[in-house]
Amino acid sequence: MAPVMDSDLVRQSAATLSAAMQAGEVTSVQVTEACLARIEEVDDKVHAFLHVDRETALATAADIDTRRAAGAELGPLAGIPLALKDVFTMRGVPTTCGSRILADWRPPYDSTVVERLRAAGVVILGKTNMDEFAMGSSTEHSGYGPTHNPWDLERIPGGSGGGSSAALAAFEAPLAMGTDTGGSIRQPAAVTGTVGVKPTYGGVSRYGLVALASSLDQAGPCARTVLDAALLHEVIAGHDPRDSTSIDAPVPDVVAAARSGDVRGMRIGLVRELGGEGYQQGVRQRFDEAVAILTDLGADVVEVSCPNFEYALGAYYLILPAEASSNLARFDGMRYGLRAGDDGDASVEEVMSRTREAGFGAEVKRRIMLGTYSLSSGYYDAYYGQAQKVRTLIARDFAAAFEQVDVLVSPTTPTTAFRLGEKLDDPLAMYLNDIATIPVNLAGNCAMSVPVGLSPEDGLPVGLQIMAPALGDDRLYRVGSALEAALVDRWGHVLTEEVPAL
Amino acid sequence: MSGSTAITRMPFDQALQSFEPVLGLETHVELGTASKMFCGCATEFGGAPNTQVCPTCLGLPGSLPVVNAVAVESTIRMGLALHCDIASWCRFARKNYFYPDMPKDYQISQYDEPLCFDGYLDVVVATDDGPREFRVEIERVHMEEDTGKLTHAGGDTGRIHGADYSLVDYNRAGIPLIEIVTKPIVGAGSLAPLVARAYVTELRDLMRALGVSDVRMDQGSLRCDVNVSLAPAGEPWGTRSETKNVNSLRSVERAVRFEIERQAAVLTDGERVVQETRHFHEDTGETTPGRSKEHAEDYRYFPEPDLVPVAPSEDWIEQLRSTLPEVPSARRARLRDEWGISDLEMQTLVNAEALELVEATIAAGVDQGAARKWWTGEFTRVANEQGVALEDLRVTPAHIARVEALITDGSLTDKLARSVFEGVLAGEGDVDQVIAERGLVVVGDDSTLMSAIEQALADQPDVAEKIRGGKVQAAGAIVGAVMKATKGQADAAKVRTLLLAHLGVEE
Repeated sequence: MAPVMDSDLVRQSAATLSAAMQAGEVTSVQVTEACLARIEEVDDKVHAFLHVDRETALATAADIDTRRAAGAELGPLAGIPLALKDVFTMRGVPTTCGSRILADWRPPYDSTVVERLRAAGVVILGKTNMDEFAMGSSTEHSGYGPTHNPWDLERIPGGSGGGSSAALAAFEAPLAMGTDTGGSIRQPAAVTGTVGVKPTYGGVSRYGLVALASSLDQAGPCARTVLDAALLHEVIAGHDPRDSTSIDAPVPDVVAAARSGDVRGMRIGLVRELGGEGYQQGVRQRFDEAVAILTDLGADVVEVSCPNFEYALGAYYLILPAEASSNLARFDGMRYGLRAGDDGDASVEEVMSRTREAGFGAEVKRRIMLGTYSLSSGYYDAYYGQAQKVRTLIARDFAAAFEQVDVLVSPTTPTTAFRLGEKLDDPLAMYLNDIATIPVNLAGNCAMSVPVGLSPEDGLPVGLQIMAPALGDDRLYRVGSALEAALVDRWGHVLTEEVPAL
Repeated sequence: MSGSTAITRMPFDQALQSFEPVLGLETHVELGTASKMFCGCATEFGGAPNTQVCPTCLGLPGSLPVVNAVAVESTIRMGLALHCDIASWCRFARKNYFYPDMPKDYQISQYDEPLCFDGYLDVVVATDDGPREFRVEIERVHMEEDTGKLTHAGGDTGRIHGADYSLVDYNRAGIPLIEIVTKPIVGAGSLAPLVARAYVTELRDLMRALGVSDVRMDQGSLRCDVNVSLAPAGEPWGTRSETKNVNSLRSVERAVRFEIERQAAVLTDGERVVQETRHFHEDTGETTPGRSKEHAEDYRYFPEPDLVPVAPSEDWIEQLRSTLPEVPSARRARLRDEWGISDLEMQTLVNAEALELVEATIAAGVDQGAARKWWTGEFTRVANEQGVALEDLRVTPAHIARVEALITDGSLTDKLARSVFEGVLAGEGDVDQVIAERGLVVVGDDSTLMSAIEQALADQPDVAEKIRGGKVQAAGAIVGAVMKATKGQADAAKVRTLLLAHLGVEE
């Protein structure tokens, strides 16, 4: 390849930068400085970052350059900058989860994801904005103000991982980490024209990931290309004895799958229940075109039905708040984070109550109340208990579908990015954004969102969701990379090249 | 605190005429594992506050629990020893409530899927008609994590409300606990306090035999909640009280007795027993009301999503079953036969908490009769006087062995031996040191004794005459005078023999 120009550095993929570093054409310090300069330049408008750790990032980059110069054997992502969602603990670095209640908390320990990123030589630029405790689809529920979509600064970048997706689309970082409880990686990817993967539940350690809903949360890679996502996936995935729900099995070879991009003979199922009415016309159009490409590439596309998916949203909004109400109990002002109203006279209960009143935003309080209610004595069976049964039915729908096909596809979201503020007063409308992404979390299998073009009516990105069975993560990358290659071929570049100048 | 306000009580015997007591015992035992229930932190007692902690037992955001396999094993062994069924698949659950000693504001426990369930423990209590056996049925044995320890400073309540500030030590947070819950114990009648005590004693000894805990009630590694309700004869069970902090065997017995007497008075007055937790006071032997449970707390239990189910294999369970040690009841039967003592004598040892000490003393070479006599007699009296456990006295089986050897070779008399132990118990040193310090040697040489005898005969010529005349029983007065003259350090039998020989009188 041609030598990479400094001015282009921030637009390059991680794979390209990695090759250039290995070839000695560019250093990690140069790339890191370029990203930091870009953050400096555009983040006032985008607000993707809550915290930028310039010095540590540059020190890590310099260390990688030194080791590389000394001939050390380094992984493919050594020296590549990354934006970390602010839900992962990182020793000594502020970790707020987008909440005021953790405003000044600096954890004394690294999450397993951060440990693995460090071990791989990845340069962590800083922490990205998110909906408070990952509750939301727009980052508008962040305690630190919303993030703006680089495609249109008046629109949402998705959520909860809107900071990570915006950082990619604004060329502030080539890689980002997200977490996905009901779509928080895939929906932001879809509305920013980037790639996001929710790995199989248990595929990536949750140790040090501040929990929203333990049985649904899953960390995953975000990038501008499918191969980059695979390279990051490979670094972070694998068994961790500190997470009891972590899978003790080999990680599927996602990088090889991303490089193969071969869907010939693959059976692909269109989920009847995820499409049609309620989905924006342009979203449907781009989705249909992408499916036609897959057919052209030699895949065998059929329609399948998952009848219980219509109950997914309801079940999700019982299970998630229930677990969240318990997971968030520890934020009581006693040990760390905000403490409010400790005036010397207040009882411990009063201080706990005042702290939670002051520290949590409205959406967090809403879900804590919903969850507390659904777990309450006398209601448990009707709410939490029933929701678990629905969960089983959804898993059965997936199992039946995967008897017929290798992967399922759907639009990632019903619409393109909506305007900031548009759905803030209508929680139900906000929740409906995740209607297509939630079933995967409930069943514990894996999914990816890949960009498939701009919706004709608003010129905003559309994402296609690929869903595979548990531990079938490599299938996502085969289909995703095949589709990406065909589209890049058609467009002449990846979709994010069309992001307007900021 | 309302520790000593007058609480109306009905005399125990009278209470039992009108009411049938129903008991329930919930026992928490800290397992003696090297690491905590869900993390690798040390469990040692007495470390500087908050030095045995990590992100997991501090409940820091993002931290996750991992089950301690040794704790699971200990719980299964306990369950097997209690004749429980072992669940082939069970889950942990979260018990949600806010309290500053709980790092996560929920406790990881077990709810409707305990690891062990449906067992029993047979206990024996002494009655006027001899030993009587009771079968206490076990509802469940489950695992959970301990909370941190709060110390309330300032204020005069000793409780969180009214304190100026409170300190929390999370060293204890996450220490593995097992909770053993009985089914309702009915039919014990007036023996109810004794049955409760015998149950906790038996449980403690069982756990000691299994080696799963050091079961020190004084250090809180065994804690007991005592539930008591009364039913008017032939009627349904009444409302129960739950007395917390009952932390000695004697207190268990006293708390049950007190609650029976208190509730009987309440019910006889036509009032109703309030469902509440109560606190037991060692000093007064009374219980006082704590938190009312009229507004039952809703713990919002649900399966712990951070942990996978516990599913012990049958092979593993059978392997654990085959390596169970001798249970205390079997051990008692064996020792009873070995020593040739009666059930009642064995029961006396058990009640005195002296079984292990007696066994060790016999092992040190002491005759069983002497070993039992010392521990259940003299030492039990001293321990009761000082209000300490028998095992915490300064005297050891080795001390007894030494004293008994000295008695056998004539260097000590029984009376002197008591003086030796008095010194040992007072911390004056070991047996030989006390003998040396106190000058406790039998005056044994014949010439010293003979001059004392001659002196006594000279002092009491009329008595001497009587003895010479054949009134042998009069010898006691001379022996007494000799003992007095030698400050009790002579062997009275020997004095008597020498005296009679000196006077040429036959016994």
